[in-house]
Amino acid sequence: MSAAEPLLRVEDLRVEFHTEDGVVHAVDGITYQVHRGRTLGIVGESGSGKTVASMTTLGLTRSQGARISGRILFEGRDLLALSEAELRAVRGNEIAMIFQDPLSSLHPLYRVGFQLIEAIDAHRQVSKAKARERAIELLGLVGIPDPARRVDDYPHEFSGGMRQRAMIAMALANEPKLLIADEPTTALDVTVQAQILDLLERLQRELDMAIVIITHDLGVVAEMADDIAVMYAGRIVETASAELLFAGPEHPYTWGLLKSIPTLTGSRDEQLVPIPGTPPSLINRPSGCHFHPRCPYAQPDHARIDPQLEPVPAEPTHHVACLLDAPTRRALWGELRAGRMPDEALAAAGLPGEAS
Amino acid sequence: MSARAGEQPGSAFGEESVTVAAPPGSPQGGVEPLVRVRDLVKHFPITRGIVVQRRIGAVKAVDGVSFDVQRGETLGLVGETGCGKSTTARLITRLLDATAGEVRFDGRDITRLKGPALKAVRREMQMIFQDPYSSLNPRKTIGSIIAEPFAIHRLERGKGERKRAVQELMEMVGLNPEHYNRYPHEFSGGQRQRIGVARALALKPKLLIADEPVSALDVSIQAQVLNLLRDMQRELGLTMIFIAHDLSVIRHMCDRVGVMYLGRIVEIGPGDALYGSPRHPYTGALLSAVPVADPAASRGKRPTLGGDVPSPANPPSACRFHTRCPKAQELCSIEDPPLQDKGTGTEAACHFPLTPEEIAQIGVRSRG
Repeated sequence: MSAAEPLLRVEDLRVEFHTEDGVVHAVDGITYQVHRGRTLGIVGESGSGKTVASMTTLGLTRSQGARISGRILFEGRDLLALSEAELRAVRGNEIAMIFQDPLSSLHPLYRVGFQLIEAIDAHRQVSKAKARERAIELLGLVGIPDPARRVDDYPHEFSGGMRQRAMIAMALANEPKLLIADEPTTALDVTVQAQILDLLERLQRELDMAIVIITHDLGVVAEMADDIAVMYAGRIVETASAELLFAGPEHPYTWGLLKSIPTLTGSRDEQLVPIPGTPPSLINRPSGCHFHPRCPYAQPDHARIDPQLEPVPAEPTHHVACLLDAPTRRALWGELRAGRMPDEALAAAGLPGEAS
Repeated sequence: MSARAGEQPGSAFGEESVTVAAPPGSPQGGVEPLVRVRDLVKHFPITRGIVVQRRIGAVKAVDGVSFDVQRGETLGLVGETGCGKSTTARLITRLLDATAGEVRFDGRDITRLKGPALKAVRREMQMIFQDPYSSLNPRKTIGSIIAEPFAIHRLERGKGERKRAVQELMEMVGLNPEHYNRYPHEFSGGQRQRIGVARALALKPKLLIADEPVSALDVSIQAQVLNLLRDMQRELGLTMIFIAHDLSVIRHMCDRVGVMYLGRIVEIGPGDALYGSPRHPYTGALLSAVPVADPAASRGKRPTLGGDVPSPANPPSACRFHTRCPKAQELCSIEDPPLQDKGTGTEAACHFPLTPEEIAQIGVRSRG
């Protein structure tokens, strides 16, 4: 991690939506930073707040019922304090975003080229001819074959992978310093996913962009991210460099994610360890540690005490929000990694089972 | 990948390690497989014109697929969007009618069955669908959804007896039997998929077809449903066809695996052989494209397959993979390679199958 000032620094961000059913605590005090040329992976399941956090960076969650607090410092400027007009100058220009579903993110009635030119035109004073030239160049850059001809195609004439490439081209139109990619490959087949991930890595090297990649796929973050933040119920529960996180995950939720996916390499008899229960409602969140109702290692007081994100002993860059002490966590993960089930791991670590 | 690839080329080449089931075509000890599919073809016509519809072509969704499913085994079908894996399942269950070819189920040709005879066969085969939200009627209680198969097949029982049967099923799949009178919206995605499983198992089918049963679920929930299906495999000795695009899930669930590309099976064999020493370049490309949740193993360049899948309305001549295949030569665009035993446990349809060195590379994923 470089000592220089980060490109993006999110401090204690909170986003609440006031709805008829109650207050949705979508993002609940998260802090992270992204450095130039680096990739942050945000991992979590549906409803963990990962998308809302990123959309808030671009001011896309501003609305009547939304309460947003904290700071989002982009090159030292607080994006939350900007007016809508000021924000518009940043959005799509210095910070760009690509979304999961490339079909619904492109307008079906306009040619791909027109939509690209629109993105350039919004931030640059250029002639139509120059903008078109740039659009063709961008399509070539993201690997669309025969870009001079395809620039006049409609989105439906593109395949799924090509549409995502076109979205990336649009995001890159103004050479953003930060690209936010929200599940950029989830709707794609594996071979196309591999192409898009390669493309993002190549473009990052060439343009020295910072990337925030949001995904539920641990494989994708393992390949792409330098740093990883794991989100659960609106909070970051664990954050570390990719190497540290995969080598020694500290949070029971991260363990659950790792043990619940079958691997290509493991034995066929490997036992998947599902995380029991379902993700909590963000309106009525569990007390104490939000994960305690699903945590096989929860102790009685975990329902009362709210854990803070704290550094792991001896690893100052690795933070975890867990009430178990570090030696216990290490013992538990050691057992789990060896293929033991949670209850066996509990017994081996000398912890009492669940209170019930 | 790396650990396996290190040991595989040495051990797998030369010595056969087929134990689970015989490859298609070779009857095993005279026992007829539960499902036998031969040269199955499904073409969807493309028409032009509103009043007078003229046929101008066909989408060759399934184009000559043959395989067997032995009793008690799980066959996986894997491939990318549009490869025909779901169409194949729908042809076997007769939700679609085949253009040509034959489906034999339990020793009978069921390809052209109609009416009561078809209904009787369908009782023996049940499906679990991808989307647990749209495959359950929102206006019916869970109890009546799971009991529906009894009603359809006129296995009328007394009310009390039926309720008992349904509650037993609910318990078996890990649902609380007291939730008998609840509606689908009161359940989470994973629980709904359990309801789908209970409904599919209600008639004790001989064959269960699961079409992407976990791809709509969150990661933590996927494992719950996969574990349930594996328990059912073991406890009930189910024969299953398991369709998915996720290679890791397929490996975890299946004894044998068929890889499909543009309406054809390009490679089929026992899971260990197929994943350990894939011979078809497409199988190799799929395996190397899967991101691995281990930064140490996966960093670096993966050999990426170029281009997109061609349209099934106008598939490439001869070997359909030749337009994207890194090993393609002239022969590949002239002569269609048949599925052949490649001596390493799988059958592959390829003129120039992967060599041990190339297989090792898939595993290593050359770092940096």
